[in-house]
Order: sequence, then structure tokens, then C-alpha cells
Amino acid sequence: MVLLRAIIPLLSILIFLPAIAGLVILALPENRRNLIRWVALGTSLVTLLLALLVYVSYDAGIGGYQWVEGPFPWVGALGISYFVGVDGLSVPLVLLAAVVLLFGVMISWNVEDRPREYFAFLLFLGTSVLGVFSSLDLFQLFFFFELAVFPKYLMIVLWGSPKTRNYGAMKLTLYLFIGSVVALVGVLAMYFASGKFTFNLIELERAGFSPAFQYAWFPVLFLGFAVLSGIFPFHSWAPDGHVAAPTAVSMMLAGVEMKVGAFAALRVAILLLPIGAKQWAWAILILATINVVYGALIALIQKDFKYVIGFSSVSHMGLVLIGFATLTHDGLLGSGMQMFSHGIMTALFFAVVGMVYDRAHTREIGQLGGLFRVMPVAAIGFIIAGLVSMGMPGFSGFVAEFPIFMGAWQVSPAVAIIAVLGVIITAGYILLVIRRVFFGEMPAALQGRVGDIGMMDKIVVISLSVMMIALGWFPQALMAGILNSGVQRILTLLGGA
Amino acid sequence: MQPNPFQPAMFLAILPEIALAVLAALILTLDLTLGTARKRYLGWVTAGGLVIIMALAAALSRPAAQPELIFGGMLRLDGLTFVFRFIFLLGAAITCLLMVDSATVATPGVRAPGREGEFYVLLLIATLGMDLMASSADLVMLYLAIETTSLPLYILAGFLTRDPRSTEAGMKYFLFGAMTAAIMLYGFSLIFGLTGTTNLYAMTAQWSAGKIPVALPLVAVMLALVGFGFKISAVPFHFWAPDVYEGAPTPVAGFLSTASKAAGFAVLLRFLLAAFPQIAPDWTVVLAVIAAASMIVGNLLAAVQKNIKRLLAYSSIAQAGYILVGVVAAGSPISAKLGAQGVLYYLLSYLVTNLAAFGIVAWVGRSLGSDDISVYAGLQKRNPYLALALLVAMLSLGGVPPLGGFMGKLLVFGAAVQSGTLGIVLAFIGVITSVIGLYYYLNVLRIAFSVPAEAHLPALPVTVAFRVAIITCVALILALGTIIAPWFGLSILGAAF
Repeated sequence: MVLLRAIIPLLSILIFLPAIAGLVILALPENRRNLIRWVALGTSLVTLLLALLVYVSYDAGIGGYQWVEGPFPWVGALGISYFVGVDGLSVPLVLLAAVVLLFGVMISWNVEDRPREYFAFLLFLGTSVLGVFSSLDLFQLFFFFELAVFPKYLMIVLWGSPKTRNYGAMKLTLYLFIGSVVALVGVLAMYFASGKFTFNLIELERAGFSPAFQYAWFPVLFLGFAVLSGIFPFHSWAPDGHVAAPTAVSMMLAGVEMKVGAFAALRVAILLLPIGAKQWAWAILILATINVVYGALIALIQKDFKYVIGFSSVSHMGLVLIGFATLTHDGLLGSGMQMFSHGIMTALFFAVVGMVYDRAHTREIGQLGGLFRVMPVAAIGFIIAGLVSMGMPGFSGFVAEFPIFMGAWQVSPAVAIIAVLGVIITAGYILLVIRRVFFGEMPAALQGRVGDIGMMDKIVVISLSVMMIALGWFPQALMAGILNSGVQRILTLLGGA
Repeated sequence: MQPNPFQPAMFLAILPEIALAVLAALILTLDLTLGTARKRYLGWVTAGGLVIIMALAAALSRPAAQPELIFGGMLRLDGLTFVFRFIFLLGAAITCLLMVDSATVATPGVRAPGREGEFYVLLLIATLGMDLMASSADLVMLYLAIETTSLPLYILAGFLTRDPRSTEAGMKYFLFGAMTAAIMLYGFSLIFGLTGTTNLYAMTAQWSAGKIPVALPLVAVMLALVGFGFKISAVPFHFWAPDVYEGAPTPVAGFLSTASKAAGFAVLLRFLLAAFPQIAPDWTVVLAVIAAASMIVGNLLAAVQKNIKRLLAYSSIAQAGYILVGVVAAGSPISAKLGAQGVLYYLLSYLVTNLAAFGIVAWVGRSLGSDDISVYAGLQKRNPYLALALLVAMLSLGGVPPLGGFMGKLLVFGAAVQSGTLGIVLAFIGVITSVIGLYYYLNVLRIAFSVPAEAHLPALPVTVAFRVAIITCVALILALGTIIAPWFGLSILGAAF
């Protein structure tokens, strides 16, 4: 393994493989649909295997950044380098991105409208998110962050749901772009204020920015990036965008992209400006708590199946941000778990919603019912995701949310109590949706028209469900150990400030 | 001052300009001797000649380590001259290639036959003038160079003599140009009166002597700025741009918006920074206001356009605003270097980006007979690769990685952040308005990539010359956005003046 690491730039291959495959696909003739989708599937499968290899071989005992490549000068005159590596916090996210990418490709198996562009853009999106999670250079991180702009926009506009796609896509893109460019100004300010003229994140961690600087620029950087994680009051792109997007893109957006936002906010704002983070933690706690409760309440009154899940993402990402803002070991550990768990869960939610819509041609909860009998696997998958979402013991949601509440309690019991309320509301809307969509009488309009899901879809549902249950039973062995090494590093940085 | 004003080395310094004059004469001769059928090769010959001149310039007329004034203080061969020369030559070469087929595919009746030669000759003379603009070190020479550039461009804008819109464009451009040139000349005369010299590099000594109150040179600079503002189409000297771009032959509009604008910036940099560094704190404020107005007005008005050429015209006004942010930063001693480098990098990437955009617009306009944005519907079906090229051009204009426009924006905003509070304010205005920019660029892409209701759309084939031009542009846009270091090296070289 040591030799392997020395010779093969595995992480770089992992990052760029999807994009290269995307370019190859764009060069294929348009009518070779089968070839195109097999290339996409093969690539994303290899990507997942590589991600698994990186994940499994990550040595939590040593901790720190592993599989490091670089820094190789990219633009030496500006202190920009190509520099990748993963630590305990980012390596689960790399795995998450690869998982969702693969299942996104599988769920899109029957795309008929311009499959070439569809799969190519989806793979570009994969490279963008993998790149952000592995970046150890701030310029490079931002570069990958923004790389997602056009695939997201075009995929929603071209393959999204016809009624809202133009609005949803433009709203999503502009919200996220405004957040990222505002953050960019903050990034530039840090670059000059550090006096080191480098974008190297490890170097910048040691820059020792003045407290006044940190206080002034932390909100700019944190909020700029956190727009993508759906922080209140900049969350409204999320439900509209998720709902307008085609299924695979909803999975990527809610499952991975929102974590990109949270991760960047943590990696850049909190870790580089720890004093600012401590001063502003109360504000983030308030906003994130609003996220949890408000998102859940709005989800409760939705009539559209997909909007319920869209708002539930806003609510759940609130928990991740609460965990960050506690700046405690428990909170951060829980956030790390929640990012992975929610990514898998929401990907499964959106996958099932997509399967239901493809067959019933409606997302109105009132017009659905009794689907358990015709698509049992999808229904059970949805129920499992629902249990995860409610934080039931035995599922990954519990092992993620419980530490977050513990962390919140240490900082502010009020926040913990209100956030737990949000989870109770979550139980309400999830059970309501499960009962009305999958049980009860099937409306006459759907009788005989709705069939079971295909083999590809079943594999997706079962794999994602198994992952959530496994993580719920064996959190320590599967993830907490690795995450812990990442959290320790953060605490050192915070304590050293 | 100089013992022998004409040394052989001096002629080497202007070798590219001499070669341009020779090439113009050659084209004129060929135009007279060649038969009508062969005249379509004139564009290829001109473009080839320009490429050879670029090679000559790179090999033989490089700037010395310590640039000196040549030809009795009229010209100066330094990094600025050297790099801008490539911008002009490349811009002219691509414009030639874009014109090649307009001679053969031109709408019948609109264009008089047999005038190709004149077109290329005028283009070459304008390019020659731009070269001299970038290298002028003396007000008299500068004025002559500006007029040498402008006169052919007036004719080119009105080149389609049977098209009333084109003749109107030519006339409008001429009237605006003549008036602003007159005001600028008045400013020049004030400067001469104040300092007793016309040489830009001899003026600083006069300002330093402290005998002249600050207000007087500032008035002179502002008068001169009217002329430069017209060249770069910055608010409030922008009124001509939309009408002229709309009416002029599209490749000419592309040339006006890139090479001609770049020439304006070359002059602006040298004029302000070489001759007026003492009053930099004053003119930076003036320029900052112009920059902010250009970014805001240009972007807002572009967002409501229905005609793609008008959209690009307003967008080019906004882009002038972004580049001016770099000039403002260059006026501050802290960020002088990065500001000028950012301007150079921005202009390099803007050159290829906007030429690609105008090239595609020219092609679509010629093939479909309309410049309405609505005719772009289904472009992706008609020619997927043309649509991808449009994607690259539009996103580069929007400033999204991995494209050249992103690096340009990053550098000018970076320099602005470095320069201080005024710069940070400008950077925030810049990033917020660039979100508006992204909105209308994405809108064009949405239309081009979405499929219209009409089932059958004929394919849209392109010719070899067009393909060469567009592929060159797209490759350079990608190279400027990914392999950044060599281009940044070029910018560093060009920021020496």
C-alpha cells in the first residue's frame, strides 16, 4: 500500500476520472446511447471503488491528511498550487460523493432525451464535488466549487420538470453564484491579509489573522459558502431547485452539493478564522436552529411529494450547521456523521420520489396512495430513509443526530430543546407522507397504470438502505473512528487560536 | 538627448508594424490582380500573414531589459507594447478568418461584391494603428495613432454600404469618435501648456516640481479620459456601442469590442501610470466611479436585450467596467503590479472569449438571417459543437472556471481587494453585478440548449475557416482558465511600462 501511494496519484485519478469520462462521452456519436450509458456507469463504478479504497485505507490512528499529492506549483507567481489530500472529515464525503454519483447514473439509466450531454454533465458535477472535498489549496477549492455552476444549471433547465425548471434553475444558480462570489472576496481578503501570498490551506491555518480581521470577514466567508448548505434565510433556492431538477441531479444537489457548501464553510471560514468563528457562533446557532424548525414546519404543509423532501433537506442541513456552531467534539462529530447519513438518506428519498413520479406522473400527495403493494421495495426504502430522518435508533440518523444534540446541550440547552422539537415535527411529516403515499387506497386514476420498479432501481434502493442500517449499527467501526481523527484536528486548531 | 535618432535597432523594434504595412500593400495588390473566385482566399492570406508577423514579433522585436524611448521619444518598445501587439494581431487574424466566408455566404444584395480586399487592408491599417497606440510615448504620436486606428474602423463599421443600419453605425461611430477625439485633444493641449512637453515620460518631473496645482492636470486628465472612455466604451461614453455593434458587420463588432477596446486600455495604462502617477489618488476615484457605473449600467441593460448583438454590446460595456477595476487597483501603490497584470490577463481572455461569442453570432446571424436571441432556440440540436462553443464563450464571459474569464475576474478583483477600502467596495460591486451577468449569459445558453416546439430544424454546418477560428478561441479560453502560469507570465511581462 505504501508503494502504491508513492507511485499512483490515486486521489487525482479519482477526482478527474469522471470529468475525463465526461469529455470522452461528449466526443461519442449521439446515437450510441447504450455505449454512452455504459461508459458513464463503468466510470462511476470505478470512481466508487477508488473512493472505497481511499476510505478503507485511511489510517485513523495516524490521522491528519493522507493520500496527499503536492503541493505542485500551478501558478507559482501567485502562490497557487495543485494540492490534494483527505483527512478524517473529508474522506467520508469523498465516499459519499462517489456513492451518490454511481446511483445517480443508475437511476438515470433510461434517460432518452440527449443522454450524451446528460451523462457528461452529471460526471462533470462529480469531478466538481470530489475536487472540493479533496482540495488543500484554497484557489483550487474555489475552482472546483464553481465548476459545478454550468452542469447544475443546464441539467435542471434541460431535463428538469417542465413547469418550474426555468425558474428553479435560475434561482438556484444565482443564489449559489452570489454566495460563492461574495465568499471569493473574502478568500482574496484572506490571501492578502495573511501576508504569505499563498493559497495553501495548511499554510493559511498558521497565518494568525488578527482578531479584528477575523471578526469582520468571518460572516462574509461563512455565509457565502453556507448559502450552498441552505442556511436560513438563504435557503429558498434549495426546495425550488431540488424539485425542478431531474432525479439524479436532485440526489447530487441535496445529497452532495449541500455538503459541499457546509464543508467549504467549515474548511475555509471556521478553520482559517477560528477566533471569528467563536465570536459569531451564536449567530450561526440561531440561524441553523431556525433552519431545523422552519424547514420541518414548511415540509409539514407541502402538498407536493418532492417539496416535502426538498424542505426536509433544509431542516436536516440545519442540524449539520448546529453541530459546526457548537465547536465541540460531539457536535462536530455528529455533523460529520449527519453529512454522510443525510447525503445517503436524501439521495434515497429523491430516488424513490423520482420512481413514483415516473410511474404515477404526479407528485401531488393527494393523488397518490396505496403504492406499497405495487412497488414494495421502493416503499420499504422510503420508510427506512424516513426512519433515518426521524433519528430512530438502529439507523444512521440516530448516531448522527444524537451527538449533535449532545454538543448543542453543552453550548445552549435551549438550542438543543428547540432542535429536538424540529425532529418531532420531522416524524410528523414523514409518517404523514408514508401513510398517504404508500398506504391506504390507491386512487382509481392510478389503478393498473403503476407498475413495480426495475432491477437497476431496486439495486439503488437496497444498497442505499443497507448502508444506512449498517452505519446505524456499527457507527464506530465504519465511520466514527475516522471522523474522530478529523474532529481532533479541528479542535486543535480551535484551541490553538 | 539622443545622439542619433535613427539607429538600425530601432527599425527592428517596429518590424511588426513595417510588416503590417507590407502585408496591407500585398493584399491591396492581390485584390487588384486576383480573379473574383480566388478572392475568398484573401482572408486566409491575411490571417496567415498576421500569424507570421506574430512569429516575427516574438522572435525579433522583443523589449530590452531597460526599455528606451526610440525615434526621438515618439515610441517605446517595452513589455506593454510587446504583449498588446499579440492581442491586436491575434484579434485581427481571428477576425479575418471569421470574415472569409461572409464574403461567399453573404446575404445577396446586401454586400457589394469584390470588396474583400479593402476590408482586409482597412483591418490591417487599424491593427497597425493599435500597435502604435500601445507603443506611443508622446502625445502627438498617440493622437496620430488613435486616428490611424479610428479612421479605418469608421469605414469598417459602415462597410455594408447598402445596409442602412450599417451605414448608420459607421456614421454614428464616426461622429462620436470625432467629438470625443476633439475633447481629448483639448486635454492634450492643456497638458502641453502645463508642462511644456508632449513626452509622457518627461511629465512626471514637471508634476514633481510642485509648481502646478493638482486641479489643473486633473482637468486635463479628465478631458483625455473622454477620448479613452469612448475607445473602451465605458459609461458614460458608451452610447454609441449598442447601435454600432448592432449595425456593423458582426466580425467588425467583435473586433471593435476586443482589439480596439484593448488598445484603449493599453493607452489608458501608459498615459495614467507613466505620466500621472502623482495624482493617482485623484484619478483612481474618477475611474472607480466610471468602473462602477459601467458594471451596473452595462449589466442591467444587457439583461433586458432581445437582440444578441445588443446584449453583447452592453455586456462589453460591463466588461470594460471590470477591467477598469484593475486599472483603479493599478493606480494604488500597494496593488500597482497585480492591478496592471490583472488588466492584461483580463484582456487576453476577453479577447478570445468575445471573439468566439461574436464569431458564433456572426455565423448564426448569417445562416438564419436574424440576430434575435430567440433564433438560437434549438441550436444544440442543429449543431451540438457550436452550442458547446457558445457555452464556453458565455460562461467565460460570466467568469466561471475552468475558463479564462474566471482568472481575469479573480485577478482584477484580487488587485482591488489588495488596494484597500475603495477597492473592496468596487470588488463587491463587481461580484454582485457579475451575478446579473451570469443571469443573461445563462439565459442565452438556456435558449440555445432547449428544444423548441417545431420538430424539424435543419442542421447548421460550418466552414473550415470558421471552425479554425472558433477552435482556436475555445482552446485558448480553456488554456487561459487551466494552464494559468504561462499566461500570467505574459501578463507580468506586459505590465512593465
